[in-house]
Amino acid sequence: MPKDELKSEYRLIGTRPDRPDGLDKVTGRARYGADMSLPGMLHAAVVRSPHAHAKILKIDASAALALDGVKAVITRADFPTGLTGEDWNLQENSMAGEVALYDGHAVAAVAATSRLLAEDAAKLIKVEYEVLPHVIDVDDALRMDAPVIRAGVGDHTVPEGSPPNVSKKIEFGHGDLEAGFAAADLIREQTYKTEATHQGYIEPHACVAQLGSDGKGEMWVCTQGQWYIRRMCSAVLGLEASQLRVTPSEIGGGFGGKTIIFMEALPLALSRKAGGKPVKLVMSRSDVLRATGPTASASMDVKLGMTKDGKITAAHVNFRMQGGAFVGASPVGEALSCALACYDIPAVMHEGVEVLANRPKAAAYRAPGSPMAAFAVESLVDEMCHELGLDPLDVRLKNAVHEGVKASYGPTYARIGLVEVLEATKKHPNLLAPLGPNQGRGIASGFWFNHGGETSVSLAIGEDGTVTVSIGTPDIGGSRASMSLMVAETLGIAYEAVRVNIVETGALGVNEPSHGSRATFASGKAAVEAARSAIREMCRRAAKEWGIEEEAVEWKDGAAMPAGPNAGKFPPMTIAEIGAKMGGTGGPISGHHETNADGVGASFGTHVVDVEVDPETGRTTILRYLVVQDAGTAIHPAYVEGQYQGGAVQGIGWALNEEYVYGANGRLQNAVFLDYRIPVASDLPMIDTVIVEVPNPGHPYGVRGVGETGITPPLPAIANAVAMATGARLRSLPLSPPKVLAAIKAKKG
Amino acid sequence: MHYYKPQSFDEAVQIAASASGVTRFLAGGTDVLVQLRAGTVTPDHLIDLKLIPGVHDIARTEDGGWKIGIAVSGIDLGRHAELVAEWPGVVEGMSLVGSTQVQGRATLTGNLCNGSPAADSVPGLVTARATVTVVGPNGSREVAVEDIPAGPGRNVLQQGEIISAITLPPRGKNSGDAYLRFIPRTEMDIAVVGVAVSVTLDGDKIIAARVALGAVAPKVLVAADAAAALIGSTLDDAAIAALQAAVTAAAVPITDRRGTVEFRKDVVAVLAARAARIAYDRAKGAV
Repeated sequence: MPKDELKSEYRLIGTRPDRPDGLDKVTGRARYGADMSLPGMLHAAVVRSPHAHAKILKIDASAALALDGVKAVITRADFPTGLTGEDWNLQENSMAGEVALYDGHAVAAVAATSRLLAEDAAKLIKVEYEVLPHVIDVDDALRMDAPVIRAGVGDHTVPEGSPPNVSKKIEFGHGDLEAGFAAADLIREQTYKTEATHQGYIEPHACVAQLGSDGKGEMWVCTQGQWYIRRMCSAVLGLEASQLRVTPSEIGGGFGGKTIIFMEALPLALSRKAGGKPVKLVMSRSDVLRATGPTASASMDVKLGMTKDGKITAAHVNFRMQGGAFVGASPVGEALSCALACYDIPAVMHEGVEVLANRPKAAAYRAPGSPMAAFAVESLVDEMCHELGLDPLDVRLKNAVHEGVKASYGPTYARIGLVEVLEATKKHPNLLAPLGPNQGRGIASGFWFNHGGETSVSLAIGEDGTVTVSIGTPDIGGSRASMSLMVAETLGIAYEAVRVNIVETGALGVNEPSHGSRATFASGKAAVEAARSAIREMCRRAAKEWGIEEEAVEWKDGAAMPAGPNAGKFPPMTIAEIGAKMGGTGGPISGHHETNADGVGASFGTHVVDVEVDPETGRTTILRYLVVQDAGTAIHPAYVEGQYQGGAVQGIGWALNEEYVYGANGRLQNAVFLDYRIPVASDLPMIDTVIVEVPNPGHPYGVRGVGETGITPPLPAIANAVAMATGARLRSLPLSPPKVLAAIKAKKG
Repeated sequence: MHYYKPQSFDEAVQIAASASGVTRFLAGGTDVLVQLRAGTVTPDHLIDLKLIPGVHDIARTEDGGWKIGIAVSGIDLGRHAELVAEWPGVVEGMSLVGSTQVQGRATLTGNLCNGSPAADSVPGLVTARATVTVVGPNGSREVAVEDIPAGPGRNVLQQGEIISAITLPPRGKNSGDAYLRFIPRTEMDIAVVGVAVSVTLDGDKIIAARVALGAVAPKVLVAADAAAALIGSTLDDAAIAALQAAVTAAAVPITDRRGTVEFRKDVVAVLAARAARIAYDRAKGAV
């Protein structure tokens, strides 16, 4: 296997072996959420509100229940009462109570012997509504006279006299803001807006669930986190968590959107009502777009002070975000924390509010909050660089954070790689490509914290010396390959000798989902520790057989061997030999590790994009795209590049054409992929990538986590490029052709 | 739902004429099946026309035109070298419909009967003066393509009536056509604006022209003033400007999730100029 061009002292880490899940996926053998079926299984369909905001007066299911083959209908009356906080939010979002809060909000569900029958039955469930005034736009929702979504939503952080839909207010900062702005030669303040976008995973939510009257249940589900599904479903339905066994399916994308429940409690409730028969529920694409988590929409003010040589002296950001009709769903806190994270600024102030609107409950979406924040801040930095005649890369280098600097959001940075990223960007040949008429180049940087979190991993030595690893974080981005590489590296065995399984909730301690770019970092760290624990046991077995002290045995190249000439003369005992006789030497050998993984290392990235804008139609073509990002260590570089490219592509979609379009009636107008325009393959050039490696000292192999940072720079990078290509600065996304053309025409006068 | 596989158009007409409720025909099925799955149209009777002899054929007519079967797919149309050489604008309209997979099924007739004002193949057929043969309980008749759509999602066909073929007239010398559409992406999208232009030259001078507009009115629009602006010109700047003014004036678009009135009126002019230049160059044999 060829070693990668990346410098590495490792035997396997940094190579690009075939992915363990590859053959299953290309042959169609991989089992996704909708592939599960059970004998006697019923099929569910959901009745959804066609109104953005409406009181539910009456639900009449008699005609549906009269159909032969219809086994159960549920409404909110079938759920326990008295829930509070996020548990109540999850229950209210699973099934509307007194009021439907957005177009697509579930109000009833039915289980029947076939999917067609369930869908026919759903049409027969009559719901009487009293339509209420609604509000969609984030700034409209902040008006004092906006329709009130829920009285008294503001928590203790919300000052009295605030608009009624404000649920949370955040303020933090440090340094002398006044002195900082006084030291600036140029102060600029602008307002930016971004629309809600959906994660757009290929696989719709799907599950099969079974729940008996004894409270014991089972579920097979497409998710990023089986324990979160278990906890949330248990809370919403009043079950004991350990009585619900949740097995994750193969997953066709999540991007944060599959870390919480949307419809998963419904088939459980239907199953319980239908005498414990298993119930399958698969969402349509329209249901996914209408009723699962998009990200928030944002309205953001940024004020920056800069000296004429490009030093940023002060920054003040004020963000407003709506994450749907539910408290705490918006990522306004993360957005604020990420906004200025790339810059070493003496004085910073952050303010933000969350506001409720009649939209679906927002879920995490790849670096939640950071892309919007970057759009606002990195656009204004670019505007000011141009105004002062400064090179945007040099200005970013001049202000770049590094080890020891106090971050804008509080802590002091450990070893980070932003400077290395910017220097690698400067050297890239894409920056020398000549630009033609109507073309422009945009540059922006971005940041994500990365995450550790609750992690539990087990590893078992097989009778032939091969190794099984049980992981609790679903593989959404190549983590089975990276775990296999790290475990094989640690044990000194072949990559192919390791099989990594993503296991159900009964098999390990509680794991957080695959979120926060944590799987390869946290599960990887625990897997390495589990392997080390198994190594210690294997050394003990060898020591016992050789009749020497444990400390006199060391592990090397997949075998136990005497630690030196004084330890005695014994031939190496391989993992295969130890495995073959472990039954007689003390029983099964396994390793286990659980942790609240610390030592997280942040990842920074810089993107450079060249665009061409058709001056007559406002249509933007991406000509060249470069991603430079610090991976810490790239365990499997092909997967790292895939994450970089994927993040860039989702960002390109968000920047150019993706948006939730609502009609005057508050209904989503584009709940199909035909009109919710994610990029298609032919829209994109090859996304060039450069992996920078500044190892994270908090991980045994230096991993930082690479999944999320890649979506943070594209929004401003593209807006900056379009501004250069057209001379028109757009501060509202998406940069759809009608908006760009209008801006070009306005500029011409 | 009842599903039928008639072996002739006579049989299909009989089934359709006596059917009650919602009837739909399957040629490619790329609209009917999508509407069925989305629950927007659930037919009581589904009449599959693909097994009728000849519906997959593209044949030269006696006068030198073309007869295109109703189940000829977009891919088969695009692979027909002679047809592509004579009517590139017709073929490129059809080839823009859907994905590669959809192209293997989608048909000109289906695109026309579906009644979408944004149908990509229709403006090119209109500028080509294509006709369709409508068969029904009272015999058959030839109808101009532009007279088939009745508005978004509707057509003029009466119960029991079926289109049995599309006919393109002989192309004639020194002629060229072109179709352009605007979409925000590069494929897999619905036209925000579509424009077809067909011209015939005598030397450098345009002696005949047709201009048809898609997605800027409830149905395909024949822009007679726009064609008149071209006739007699050599496609000079003044003619282009007159063409652009005429199409912008003719367009009566709406604002929806795909575009605004203002944007569509701007872009229809842009595309008209671009399509006219391509059609003109093709007529000159330059491309």
